[in-house]
Amino acid sequence: MQEIAKRIQNRALELLADGTVSRVLGWEKGETQADWTPALFESAEEMKDFVYGEYAGANLSKYCLKLKRLEGRTLVVLKPCDTLSFHQLTKEHRLDREKFYIIGAGCKGMKDEAGTLLKCNACKGKEFVVYDEIIDDEESRKPSAVMDRMDGVSDLEKMTAQQRYDFWRGELSRCIRCNACRNVCPACTCEKCVFDNPASGAASKAPVTDFEENMFHIIRAYHVAGRCTDCGECSRVCPQHIPLHLLNRKFIKDMNELYGDYQAGEGDDERTPMTSYTKEDAEPGIVKERGNA
Amino acid sequence: MRRFAMDQAEAIVKSIPCAVYAPVEKDALVTYERFEDGMTLRLDVTSPDKSPKDVLFPQWENLMHFRMEGKTIEITEQQRCDEDYVIFGMRACDIKAFEVLDKVFLAEPVDTYYAARRQHGTIVALACGEPVESCFCKNFGVDPANPKADVVMWLVGDEYYCQAYTGKGEALMAAWETQEADEMPVDWAKGEIEKKYDALPFAKLNLNGFDGEHLQELFDSPKWKKLSLACLGCGSCTFSCPTCQCYDIRDYDTGHGVQRYRCWDSCMYSDFTMMAGGQSRPTQLERYRQRFMHKLVYFPANNGGMYSCVGCGRCVRKCPQNLNIVKVIKALGEDEK
Amino acid sequence: MNKEALIPMLGVVTDVRVDTPDVKTFRVNALEGGKCFEHLPGQCAMLSIPGVGEAMFSITSSPTNKEFMEFSIKKCGCLTNWLHQMDVGQQITIRGPYGNGFPVETELKGQDLIFIAGGIGLAPLRSVINYVRDNRANYGKIDIVYGSRSKDDLVDYPEIVDHWCQEAGINVHLTIDREQEGWDGHVGFVPNYVTELGFNPEGKVLVCGPPIMIKFVLQALDKLGFDRKQVFTTMELRMKCGVGKCGRCNIGNKYVCKDGPVFRFDQLGELPDEY
Repeated sequence: MQEIAKRIQNRALELLADGTVSRVLGWEKGETQADWTPALFESAEEMKDFVYGEYAGANLSKYCLKLKRLEGRTLVVLKPCDTLSFHQLTKEHRLDREKFYIIGAGCKGMKDEAGTLLKCNACKGKEFVVYDEIIDDEESRKPSAVMDRMDGVSDLEKMTAQQRYDFWRGELSRCIRCNACRNVCPACTCEKCVFDNPASGAASKAPVTDFEENMFHIIRAYHVAGRCTDCGECSRVCPQHIPLHLLNRKFIKDMNELYGDYQAGEGDDERTPMTSYTKEDAEPGIVKERGNA
Repeated sequence: MRRFAMDQAEAIVKSIPCAVYAPVEKDALVTYERFEDGMTLRLDVTSPDKSPKDVLFPQWENLMHFRMEGKTIEITEQQRCDEDYVIFGMRACDIKAFEVLDKVFLAEPVDTYYAARRQHGTIVALACGEPVESCFCKNFGVDPANPKADVVMWLVGDEYYCQAYTGKGEALMAAWETQEADEMPVDWAKGEIEKKYDALPFAKLNLNGFDGEHLQELFDSPKWKKLSLACLGCGSCTFSCPTCQCYDIRDYDTGHGVQRYRCWDSCMYSDFTMMAGGQSRPTQLERYRQRFMHKLVYFPANNGGMYSCVGCGRCVRKCPQNLNIVKVIKALGEDEK
Repeated sequence: MNKEALIPMLGVVTDVRVDTPDVKTFRVNALEGGKCFEHLPGQCAMLSIPGVGEAMFSITSSPTNKEFMEFSIKKCGCLTNWLHQMDVGQQITIRGPYGNGFPVETELKGQDLIFIAGGIGLAPLRSVINYVRDNRANYGKIDIVYGSRSKDDLVDYPEIVDHWCQEAGINVHLTIDREQEGWDGHVGFVPNYVTELGFNPEGKVLVCGPPIMIKFVLQALDKLGFDRKQVFTTMELRMKCGVGKCGRCNIGNKYVCKDGPVFRFDQLGELPDEY
C-alpha cells in the first residue's frame, strides 16, 4: 500500500503543479497509528502530510458535496466501493462530475484499531465505476471478501418475527441520536433533514418515547433504499456499535430477489427498482406469501 | 485501609442496599448501568464507552407537565430524585468531570434536578491500573492513582484495597466484608500507576496559552479551517464526553397534556443556534471551534483556570473521522503565544 | 430546596393591542393581579405556550409601571404566530427576569441620551424611554431616532405621537424607508438620518434594531465622533434556559442571557465576532 500511496502522492503533486486540479481531498496521518483523518490539501507544501493505506477507511464521497462549489477542480482519492457512492451522487445530480478529478486507489481492505472493517470483510469488489485514472497494483485487484455480504441478513431472516423484533429493539436501544450515521451517509443528502426541522414535528434530539429512535433508523433505511450502495459507513461510524448496515442490506437483498440484481451506484440512466413500475412488480402480499411476516 | 478479594466485588455490589450504577457489559459496549442480577460487572475496563454522566444528567428527563383546558394552564413539577444510590468503580477522570458539571449546574441559580441527584449519590472510585493509549487525564490535573471520592479502591494483585474518605463512605463501607490492610502495597501501586501514565503518548500536551488572555488570538487562528474540515457535525464527541452539558428544552404532547423535557444537545449540530432570523454559527467551522474554545478557553476563563476537558480520551476513540481535542491542542499549542 | 429557575409561573393576557401588521403588544398580569415579577429596563422574560415552545422576549414596559408588564412581539416563527392568535384571558407561562438590563442608575444617570431604534428594535428601548420619562430629573436631553419600513410598521405609534412628542426635553425623530402617502415626515434609512441629525458626540447612545442597521449606525456614530464606550445595544441569540447553562447563547466567555443582553460596544468589540 505504501507504494500505491507514494504514486498517488506524486501524481497529485503533478496535477497540482500543472493546474489540472486546485486541491486534493485525501487523508492525513494522525497522532497514533490508526487515527487518519480526511483532509484537504491546497498546496504542494501541505501534501507532505498526505497518506493513503490501510487506515483510509473513510468514504470521501460525501465530502465532495461540501467542496462542489469551490473554484477549479478537486482531486479526490476514491477506493473501489467509494466510487459507487460518488457515481450515485452524480446520477442524482448532487455532484457535477466535471468538478472532480478522481484517482481510483487500489484497496486491499481497510482497518481501524479493532482490525479489518466490517464493510471490507464483505468487500463488494475491486471495480472502479468512475475514475480519471487508476493507481493500484496486482494484489489490490484480487477479491478480498471473507464472508458473504448477506450472511447477517440471512441469520435475521431465520429468526421468528418476535426474535427479530427483540434483536432490533436491543440493538437500537443503545442509540444516542448523535446522527453520525446520517451525517456520514452519502445517500443522506437532503438540504434540511426532516429530523432537524422543527416545523416537521419529527425533530428531536432525544427519544420522547423509547420507540422513537427505532423509528428514526427504520425511516432512514427506507429513505435511502434503492440509493444506498452499501458503503458501510453507517456502521463504521456508530459510536455505539449498532449494526445499521444490516437494515440496508435487508432492503438490498429483497430488491435483488424481487426485481433482479441491482447495485446502486452502477450503470447510468437505467430505471432503478424503486423508481420504475412494471406490471410484474411484487404486490405487498409478498410479505405474507414468503411467510415469517 | 481495608481489603477484600477481587472476586468478592460483585457480592459487595449486590449487598449494597440502594441502587448501584456500575460499569457492565451491554452488548458490544461497556457502560454504567443500574446493576441488576445477571449483568456482567466490568471493573477492569479503564474507560467505559460512556461515563456515568447520565446518572446526574440523563440524556432526557421530564421537567414538568402542563394540563391545558380552554385558556387555562396547570403546571405540575416533576418529582426530584429522592433515592440514594451508589456509583461503583468510577474513575478519576469521570469524577473530575462531575466537578466540572457542578460548576455549571450548581452555580446560581442552582439546577434543582441535578442538585437533588448529586446530593443522593455516594461515589466509590477505583484507581486506574492499566491506561489505554488515548488517556491524557494528567494534563488536566487528574490523578488516576488518587481519585477524589467517598470511597477509593486500588487493585493490588488480586485484592481490592479500599479506604473511606467521608462519612458517607464510611457508612457504606462498614457493611462490607473486608479485612484490615497495610498501606504499603497501595503506595507501591500508586507509584506504578504514575509511571504508566507518564509514559503515555499524550501525557504531556502543551497547554500554554490556552486561557482567557489568548482568547481572541486562538479564536482567530487560521488553523480552524483545516482542523474542522472533516467534521461530520455529528454529536458522538459531545454525547460520549463526560463534561459536555449543553441541553435543549422541548415539549411533547402526550395526548393528556404537555410534557416539558430536557435532553442533551450538541454545539456540533446545525440547528443549535438557529433562530427565525438566521444563526450565529453558520458553518461547521464555527461549531467545531466553539466546542474546543469552550473546553480549553471560555470555561477556564470563567472558572479560575479549570479546563472542561478531563482527558478521558473518549472523543479520541469515538470520533468517526478521528478528529479530537488532542489534535486541536497540538495544532494550536505550536503557535507562539 | 431552592426554587427551580426552569419552572415558570403563570401569567394571563389582559390586553392585546395591534401595533403594526406583524407586531402586537400583549399586556400580562399575574393570575392574582399585579405583575408577575419586578424587572430592570432592558431585561427579558421567557414566555411560553406549552406544546408550542418557549422563547426569550424583552420586556417592553417600564419597571415604573406598577400594574402590568407589556411585551411587543413580532410574528416571525412558530411560537410568535401562536401568540398572535391569543385573546384576552389566555394564560401563558412566564419566567424571569433575565439578563443585566441597561445601566439606568449608573452609567446612564445624569446623561443626555440618544435612543436609536429600527422596527421591532424599539421594544427593549421603550422600557428605558418610559423609565427615563418617569424619572425625568435624573437625565438630561433626550433624542429618539426611530425608523421603520413604512408608517404602518412603526411600533407604538400612538404613544410616540401622543406622549413622547408632547414632552419638553424629548426630541423625537421619526423616519420611514420609502415615501408613503399621508407621511410628511422624514424619509430614509435610520443610519443616514443619524448622520443628517449630526448629534454632538456627548452623552450616551442606546441602539437596537436589525444587525445591518446597527452596523451602519455604529459607522455613523464613529464619524460623528462618538466613542464606542458611549454606545450600548441589546443582543438577541437563541436561548433555551435563560440562566447561562444550556450553552446556546455563548459568545467567548460570555452568555448573552446572563451577562447580556445589554453590552457596551467597546466590551462587545473584545468578544469573538460570533453574533
